[in-house]
Amino acid sequence: MSSILIKNGTIVEPEAETVADVYIEDGRISRTGSLGDLRADKVIDASGKYVIPGLVDMHCHLREPGFEYKETIETGALSAVRGGFTSVACMPNTDPVIDVPALARYIVMRGKEAGYARVYPIACITKGMKGEELTEMAALKDAGAVAFSDDGRPVSDSGVMRNALEYAKTFNLLIIDHAEDKSVSGSGVVNEGANATIAGLRGINRAAEEIMIARDIVLAEALGAKVHIAHVSTAGGVELIREAKQRGVRVTCETCPHYFSATDEEILSYNTNAKINPPLREQSDREAVIDGIRDGTIDVIATDHAPHSADEKNREFDLAPFGTVGFETALSLAYTYLVETGDIDMSALISLMSHNPSRLLGLPLVNVKAGAMADITIFDPACEWTVRAEELSGKSKNCLYDGWRLKGKVLHTIVGGEIKC
Amino acid sequence: MFKKDLLGLKDMTAEEITGILDHAESMKDAFVSGRQLSSLAGRCVTTLFYENSTRTKNSFETAARMLGARTMSVSAATSSVQKGESLIDTGRTLDALRTDAIAIRHSMAGAPHLLAANVKACVINAGDGMNEHPTQSLLDLYTMREKFGTIKGLRVVLVGDVRHSRVARSNLWALSKLGAETVVVGPCTLIPKGIEDLGCEVSYDIEDALIGANVVMGLRIQRERQKAGLFPSIAEYNAEFGITEERLYGICENALVMHPGPVNRGVELSGEVADCGNSAINEQVTNGVAVRMAVMDILVGGRE
Repeated sequence: MSSILIKNGTIVEPEAETVADVYIEDGRISRTGSLGDLRADKVIDASGKYVIPGLVDMHCHLREPGFEYKETIETGALSAVRGGFTSVACMPNTDPVIDVPALARYIVMRGKEAGYARVYPIACITKGMKGEELTEMAALKDAGAVAFSDDGRPVSDSGVMRNALEYAKTFNLLIIDHAEDKSVSGSGVVNEGANATIAGLRGINRAAEEIMIARDIVLAEALGAKVHIAHVSTAGGVELIREAKQRGVRVTCETCPHYFSATDEEILSYNTNAKINPPLREQSDREAVIDGIRDGTIDVIATDHAPHSADEKNREFDLAPFGTVGFETALSLAYTYLVETGDIDMSALISLMSHNPSRLLGLPLVNVKAGAMADITIFDPACEWTVRAEELSGKSKNCLYDGWRLKGKVLHTIVGGEIKC
Repeated sequence: MFKKDLLGLKDMTAEEITGILDHAESMKDAFVSGRQLSSLAGRCVTTLFYENSTRTKNSFETAARMLGARTMSVSAATSSVQKGESLIDTGRTLDALRTDAIAIRHSMAGAPHLLAANVKACVINAGDGMNEHPTQSLLDLYTMREKFGTIKGLRVVLVGDVRHSRVARSNLWALSKLGAETVVVGPCTLIPKGIEDLGCEVSYDIEDALIGANVVMGLRIQRERQKAGLFPSIAEYNAEFGITEERLYGICENALVMHPGPVNRGVELSGEVADCGNSAINEQVTNGVAVRMAVMDILVGGRE
């Protein structure tokens, strides 16, 4: 394995930013500091660039098996490293769904074959994602599953969810809930509010999300179990979680770049790439999500990378599937909308996009210091660029941010000591 | 005069709307006197209907023929749409058949916008989901203007299922641009969030709302809405929100009564109100041909 010397990069530590060189050999960081002209197979000049721990995405859709026309593990993992992610955990709503150990092992194997970002499967909470019987969680964990979720078809039966949270507690497994009461969201396609009314599109009331967040909090509290809420999008959802955390409930949560960078104004032009679930909300929600990020209520920024083919998205708004791709824009969006604005610093960003998701999923924590695993992202904060959907390296180009001007760009991603891009 | 398409009144100016209404006056003269026009001779107008309709579809076809165009009619139930053809592919097929304009009716908001972005033909929105029904609103405006001489300053009360109504939305956009005062009335479950942003007042009391009304417009109540649990019964709806003779004559006896049709007698309006001297319901249908002639004459007549 070849050696890499990263020169003069800015390394972020909780209290300070320091400029140092980083030497990588045998897949690990062997030395940091002022390393002069140490010989290496590859030298990267990182002057003015951040050298940060590789990003970890705990919520994405790689679509394999079953929907390879949208994305494969290979194209998705490539897109991930282009966005600075060295590890990604993919949701199990594939075809078949990931509810038995053999399928979880398949995801692990395909991730290794692809050889870009590390790929970890999230397995179903219930067999067939039907919301009835629990999967063999312990066996799935042994097969490589890092968390459990019925993302997209959330467990509606509170009794089943109760059993899932309590059973998962036995093995200290993480349950991730896509919080949506389908009886409230119904056939809605956008946030219920003035913009839905203006566009004449059916609304999804925020209550659909908040009812389930409240339920999950109540269950976690009653059982002493932990629960992780996926893609929080509403002010009320953030507040429910904030209050629960203050009471000591073992609840954690994530949001996604689109909830702090965009609002439901995007749907006024019937742009189907702005059709996302939970839906883009209002300005006051966007601000509340940022407040939640600032005060630590929100633990993680995940992408919910959701590729769909052009033919699926280029049709009537009601018929288009939910989701935007997100790997290659996530860090730039977080930098532009959170760091540049002064809401958070780089150290907090690293917690939100690397350390916290690693901890929640039980993955090894990555730091830029001697002895650590060499999963590193090199990020140029000065680079301004325009997102061009057709230039993204994932298979699908359904990108909400097409044409957006962003600050900061991923230059290189190193996984296990190998430069992947 | 304006763009390639007529997708909605939301994005049009008062001048553009008034321009169509002005042009519709000579169109109405020709239509009611049976004088065939020829400005669209050699042109082709297609109605592409994904939802059932009798009056709107026939109105477009009558208007197109009055202008000398030939017409094609595609309905989702009997076309390759049944075989799974996408809207964009259907539109491209119609382009290849050299149609100059497509009047599209679709159950989903934004479908005309998608079509317009993908075809060369002019696209006229003949109703898209809950979004807009611009030619219906134009005929309503024409009818009001014919009766009162102007739209500005009128108090227009829309009663019924505002939430699911594209007619209400188009009318609210246009009426506020033209300086009318608008009120929407119905149970909370049928009033969409943020409707005030369209420039109207919201009332839950019909008798209060009708005070000083110049125009009372009933909006269709579909029985499915009751089944979906949005109100408990047709009887209760009618008792609380029905436009009855007592309410009309007792509160605003000179108000013009309008309805986009088809009327559910005894639900939105009583039979007596539908047939009364103030009712413009049949005149609305005639005016519909006039404004659609005007729209097509402007859009298609000006095409290369």
